[in-house]
Amino acid sequence: MVSVTERAQAPVARGGLWIAFKTALHRHESLRGYLLLSPTLLVMLALMIIPLLGLVVLSFCTQIYFDIDYTPTIKNYVAIFDVANNPIYLVLLFRSILMSLTTTFFVVITAYPMAYFLAFRVFRGKLIWLILITVPFWTSYLLRVFAWKIILGFQGVINSGLISLGIIKNPLEFLLYNPTAVVITLTHAWAAFAILPIYVSLEKIDRSLLEAATDLGDTPRERFWRVTFPLSLPGMIAATLLVFIPTVGDYVTPSLVGGTSGIMIGNLIQSLFGKANNAPLGAAVSIVMMLAITLIVCVFLGAVGRRRWKQS
Amino acid sequence: MGKTKYDALFIYGILYLIFIYTPVLLIVLFSFNSGQYVAFPLKELSFKWYAEMVNNPGLTKALGVSLRIGAFVSVVSTILGVLAAKAVTRYYLPGRAAVTFVIMLPLVIPTIVFAIGLLIILAKIMGLQPSTWSIIAGHILLCVPFSMAVLISRLQGFDKNLEEASLDLGENAWQTFWRVTFPLAMPGIVASFLLCFTTSFDEYLMAAFLSGNETTLPVYIYSQLRFPQKLPGTLALGSCILVVSFVIVTFAEWMRRRGVNPDQNLGI
Repeated sequence: MVSVTERAQAPVARGGLWIAFKTALHRHESLRGYLLLSPTLLVMLALMIIPLLGLVVLSFCTQIYFDIDYTPTIKNYVAIFDVANNPIYLVLLFRSILMSLTTTFFVVITAYPMAYFLAFRVFRGKLIWLILITVPFWTSYLLRVFAWKIILGFQGVINSGLISLGIIKNPLEFLLYNPTAVVITLTHAWAAFAILPIYVSLEKIDRSLLEAATDLGDTPRERFWRVTFPLSLPGMIAATLLVFIPTVGDYVTPSLVGGTSGIMIGNLIQSLFGKANNAPLGAAVSIVMMLAITLIVCVFLGAVGRRRWKQS
Repeated sequence: MGKTKYDALFIYGILYLIFIYTPVLLIVLFSFNSGQYVAFPLKELSFKWYAEMVNNPGLTKALGVSLRIGAFVSVVSTILGVLAAKAVTRYYLPGRAAVTFVIMLPLVIPTIVFAIGLLIILAKIMGLQPSTWSIIAGHILLCVPFSMAVLISRLQGFDKNLEEASLDLGENAWQTFWRVTFPLAMPGIVASFLLCFTTSFDEYLMAAFLSGNETTLPVYIYSQLRFPQKLPGTLALGSCILVVSFVIVTFAEWMRRRGVNPDQNLGI
C-alpha cells in the first residue's frame, strides 16, 4: 500500500485527490476489483455485522416487562448454564444438535449413491437429471414440510391408506409429532444441499486416476475405497456443513411436525422473542447456539484434517 | 460416451427421485379432491378449492406483497451479485477467498440468527416498526450468496479474451461491459433474477419475524395451516405456487446451464 501513496503523490500536487485516485485505479488492478466489489461487500457486511452486534449487545441486557434495561449483566448466560434449576436451554440445544447430526448423517449417506450415479453412470441427459433434482428444492419449503405433516398425520396419507387397504384397523399414532418425523422431514428438505457438492467433487475426479488404479490391479471395490472415496471427501465435508449448520436453528419443521418432544432450539428462541417476551434471553440463547455450532464445526474440521494428514 | 447403465445404481436414482417428488405430488393430488379431509380414499375430482382460493381477499393481498418484495429483492440482489462475481472472476483480488467466504456466510448461519438480529436492531434498539423494508433487507442478505454463486459459475464459463479483445479494439470499459460481458452473462443474470425471486417469494422465517402490517404469502399460508377447514384451500394455493415455481426454476436452471460446459459449471 506504500507504493500506492508514493506513486499517487505526483498527481496530487498537480490535480488533486480525484486524479490521484484515478491514477491509482489505472495502475492497480486489485484496487479496481475492490472498487467493483465494495457495494456488495458493504451491503452484506452491514446486514450481517449490525444484526450480530445487536444480538451481542441485547444478550447482556435485561427485560423489564415491556422495557429493556441496558445495564450490562451476564445473568442471561448464567441462567442458560444453570443446569440445576432450569436445564431446558441446554437440553434443547443438545437435542437440536443431535437431531441435526442424525439428519446430516442420513442426508449424506443417501445422497452419496445418487451423486455417484450422476457423476459416473449418467452420460446423456445429465442436465435433465440435475434439473429434476434441483428444482423441488427451490419450490416452497413450507409446503414440502407441510406435505410430510399430511403424509404422517393421524388421519394422514399413510394411516388412511393403510386403513382403506385393510392392513391396519386403527391409525398409527407414532408417525407424527416426534423427533423421528422431524428427522425424516429435514432429510427430505435438505437432500439437494448434499447431492450437489458431492456430485461436484466426484465429477472433478480425473478419470485417468481410476484407469490407473484398475491397470495396477485394483478391483472395483478397492478402487472405490482407495481412489474415488478419498477424492470425494471435500464434497462430503461441504455437504455435512451445508446441512448441519442451518438445520440446528430450524424452526419451521419442528413447529409443524415435531410436537412437544420434537421442538428444537429455534422454537425456544422464537418463543422467547414472542410469547415469553424475553428478547435478551433469546439473544443470549442464540449466541450460545452459534458458539456451540462453531465449536462442533471446528472439532469436525480438525478431526477430518488430522485424518487426511495421517493418510498422506 | 455410452448410454446410461441400467443397474442397481440406476434403480436407486429412480427411487430417490420418487422420494423427492412424492410429498410434492400429494399436495397437488389432494388439492383436486372434493373431500374436506386430506385422507384416502379420494372422493371426487373438484375445482372448488381453487374457486375458494381466488375469492379470498387476505390471500390476494399477501400475494401482492410477496410479488412486490420478490421483484425488488431480485433486482437489487442480482445487481450486487453481478458486481461481486465480476470483481471476483475478472480482477486480481488479494484476499479473494476471504471475501467470497464472507459474502457466502448467510448460507451456513441459521437464518433465525439474522432474523432476530435484524429485529433487535430495528425494533429494540432503533425503536422502529418492522416493515416491508426490513423484510427486503433480510431477503437481500439471503439472496446475494445465491446470485453470486450462479454468476461466478457463468462468468467463469466464458473466455476472458473476448473482453480483452474488445478493449484492444478500442472500446472503453463501459462499452465492453454492455456489448460483450452483459450479453454473455445474460443467461446467468436471468437465472439469478429468477432464483432470487423464488427464494424471496418462498422465504418464511425472515418475513415472520420482520413483517409489520403487511404479511407475505408464506406467512399467510403458515397462519392458515392451523385451521383444518382452511386446509384444502391452502393445498390449492400450494399447488399453484408449486407449478409456477417449478416452471420458473426449470427455466432458470436451463438458462443457467445453457452454453456452459457442464464439467466446468460446478456451482450449486
